[in-house]
Amino acid sequence: MNFNIPFMSYRRYATMASLVLLILSIGSLGFKGLNLGLDFSGGTLIEVSYEEAADLIEIRDLMTDNGFDDFQVVNFGSNSHVLIKVADKNGNSQLGDVIYKFLQDADPSTELKRIEFVGPQIGTELRDQGGLGMLVALGMILLYVAFRFQYKFALGAVVALAHDVVIIFGLFSLFSWDFDLTVLAALLAVIGYSLNDTIVVSDRIRENFRGERGFEPHEIVNRSINQTLSRTLITSLTTLLVLLALFFFGGDMIKGFSQALIIGVLVGTYSSIYVVANMLLGMSLTQDDLAIPEPEGAEFDDMP
Amino acid sequence: MVLSIGIIYSLPNLYPAKPAIQIAYTDSGKSADQILLNQVKVILEDQSTGVESVGLKDNNIVAKFNSFDDQLAGKAALQKILLDEAIVALNLEPTTPQWLRNIGGGPLKLGLDLSGGVHFLLEVDIDSALDNRLESLLNEYRKKFRDDHINVESSRKDNKDLIFSFASDEDYNKALRIFNEDNITPLGTPFFDLTANSVRNLVELAYSQSAIKEIRDYAVGQNLMTLRNRVNELGVSEPIVQRQGSSRIVVQLPGVQDTTAAKKIIGKTANLEFRLEASSTTSRLRKEEFDWQDERMGSAFLEKNIIVAGERVTNASSGFDESGFAQVNITLDMQGGRAMQKATNGNIGRRLGVLFVEQKNKSVLTKDADGNDVIEQTSYIEKEIISLATVQAVLGTAFRITGVGSPQEASELALLLRAGALAAPMKFVEERTVGPSLGKENIKLGVRSIIIGLLSVIAFMFFYYRWFGFAANIALFANVVLITGFMSLLGATLTLPGIAGIVLTIGMAVDANVLIFSRIREELKDGKDPQTAIQEGFSRAFVTIVDANVTTLIASIVLYAIGTGPVKGFAITLSIGILTSMFTAILGTRAIVNLMYGNKNIKELRV
Repeated sequence: MNFNIPFMSYRRYATMASLVLLILSIGSLGFKGLNLGLDFSGGTLIEVSYEEAADLIEIRDLMTDNGFDDFQVVNFGSNSHVLIKVADKNGNSQLGDVIYKFLQDADPSTELKRIEFVGPQIGTELRDQGGLGMLVALGMILLYVAFRFQYKFALGAVVALAHDVVIIFGLFSLFSWDFDLTVLAALLAVIGYSLNDTIVVSDRIRENFRGERGFEPHEIVNRSINQTLSRTLITSLTTLLVLLALFFFGGDMIKGFSQALIIGVLVGTYSSIYVVANMLLGMSLTQDDLAIPEPEGAEFDDMP
Repeated sequence: MVLSIGIIYSLPNLYPAKPAIQIAYTDSGKSADQILLNQVKVILEDQSTGVESVGLKDNNIVAKFNSFDDQLAGKAALQKILLDEAIVALNLEPTTPQWLRNIGGGPLKLGLDLSGGVHFLLEVDIDSALDNRLESLLNEYRKKFRDDHINVESSRKDNKDLIFSFASDEDYNKALRIFNEDNITPLGTPFFDLTANSVRNLVELAYSQSAIKEIRDYAVGQNLMTLRNRVNELGVSEPIVQRQGSSRIVVQLPGVQDTTAAKKIIGKTANLEFRLEASSTTSRLRKEEFDWQDERMGSAFLEKNIIVAGERVTNASSGFDESGFAQVNITLDMQGGRAMQKATNGNIGRRLGVLFVEQKNKSVLTKDADGNDVIEQTSYIEKEIISLATVQAVLGTAFRITGVGSPQEASELALLLRAGALAAPMKFVEERTVGPSLGKENIKLGVRSIIIGLLSVIAFMFFYYRWFGFAANIALFANVVLITGFMSLLGATLTLPGIAGIVLTIGMAVDANVLIFSRIREELKDGKDPQTAIQEGFSRAFVTIVDANVTTLIASIVLYAIGTGPVKGFAITLSIGILTSMFTAILGTRAIVNLMYGNKNIKELRV
């Protein structure tokens, strides 16, 4: 496949689109916040299954009768599976057993799928650790890219990553999807994936900047993107294929995970085309920036 | 070469695990023997269940069954007859052939989300352990100053400090000397932080950071040991009891379904009671007869009155007395010390007994309404004497028991004394229970999504790149084999997010090949001949591939560092996947492409 799409002519629209998405995301995060999953909020969750479709109203009544007030009862996956979440600030680890007991008393066919209890301090800790981990990962990647390429690339890459991460956060907030530990894991995987794309594009931009003189920077960037486009699309496609397999066939426990990754792959593909290139042009990358390559870079580039 | 290692080590995963039962004596000190083995054999033969084999394996008896139904029937039969004599636990026995096991091969360990079971995270309450220590320390000094005739105006515990104020300069100086002497430790690290005020004759004492760390390590280590003993009672085949961070303990019990029972046993308190031996004049109403834990010793009468119970023991260690005989040093907290002092005052020369109190479960075979045999669990309390020693002097917070036999017996007694009560209270801060059906479902779904994902990628690659795609597909397949092989070799645990990691790797692994192939295409377009184009394509894409993968690796290492349990599993498979995919995509594909096109004069190349 040969592409010759004038990507850079559309860069204004892309910038607009990114900005709108970012503002929406940040706005939703600010006003609505994230729907934190059990891992981060703390509390108790139990999943039970019945032989037939479960009567949610009856279960809610049972919960109220047993003195619970802050809880959610929803179907999970199918209508015979029920997920009950209880917010409990006191960190009582017995709640799951108690609830399962009276559910079973009411209907002996109730089968226990899982109970999860996360104490309040663990939730806070996981939250802090997760946030910190994200920053550490971004920081280390910034250093690596700066070391292997040049600081303008590093900035471009990190802005692209932040862009992807914020938009995923935003979508999870906007649609009130559960944000739990597996979603955080998916986010870090998105960082890795999106970076993969970004680096392939950057690598080509660097090569073309060094190899060809006398072209406008935005022409070179445009050509680099076109040259790597078929690869970008194919990799995104194969990754999406497996993620869709995971989303549809992997069960409900990793739905959030595959959801985050699918969005991440889509946004990441877009950002490696537009955000990075835009940033580089915005910072007016010139041939001089790459004229004296780092020793390692030179060595590799001279390889046949 | 690497691939063949990968294949060999991934082989064990193809051998299905057999349902098995593990049988061990309830008494953990006794290893399974021929007698038990024969007994098990007879029971199982009577049942005529589908037993495949029964044999001894590291202190346990392992019986393998043909099916899961046979396994359950076998367990019921064994329990009915063995009752409390032995622990009967369901198990899965790998059928890995001996030659594979000899080179360290074994199937993947499954995480709790796949095998079903319970995960507990317990937090040790260090503050209360410190409080206890501080109180008994306060009491020790009060006694010491009284014995040394040092006039203490006031002494009290204030939050995390002990504050002493002395009547005169002389008392103050004497006391300060004692404090400083006590503060010399073998390692040179101070035990307390002392703040002395010579104007107001005031001394403030607090545990130093290193002392706090030592107390914390002691308390956590102690609780860890107690928990291990308790978990062993549950008869779980591969339990995990580990320290996590500075003051937490993880307990994982694969296959356990009854969390309430598990929690009860983990959270139970074995206890101790200190009682005086009944004298000949003690009325029958005020004494009780107890057996010795050591059956050879028979029994003895103790008074009904409990002087002190196990919660009051803050520390117990074994050591040697002046003449080199083994002894056990016991420290009680303030309240315990006071009670002990009162009780021993005037009773010098009598013997003091230590009772080990344990809540135990007994299985009883009864018949239900329909006349079927059912095993009922009833709990009862067992009290046994573990020591009976003559009181030599009035005892306080710190005393010792001498004449306890060999140094080994002394350290066992110290362990029992410590095991009696947890060194510090614990509470459950996290709990995850996965029912066995959910675990099986997760495996099924995980495997299905791997297969569907793999097939769709393989189909796509073949249609898009034809023979090059075929080469990439072989590399992809090799990659999946390598990942399983390495994970088995490293003893890594497979979790549901771990499976997701494998699936993700499948999607991303072809990236390297796609990079290489599109390079080759470009080179061809530039008019290079096919052989050179292949050469150039591989070497030019190499740098990009390395750069792109190192960054993903960074992200997954960070993930490993911050994640817990299942998420760590994801990070592990992702990291292994990145490494193996680089290997297979670059070297593997190259080898296959060379096989297909190498040394041939190709006129035309379709990529």
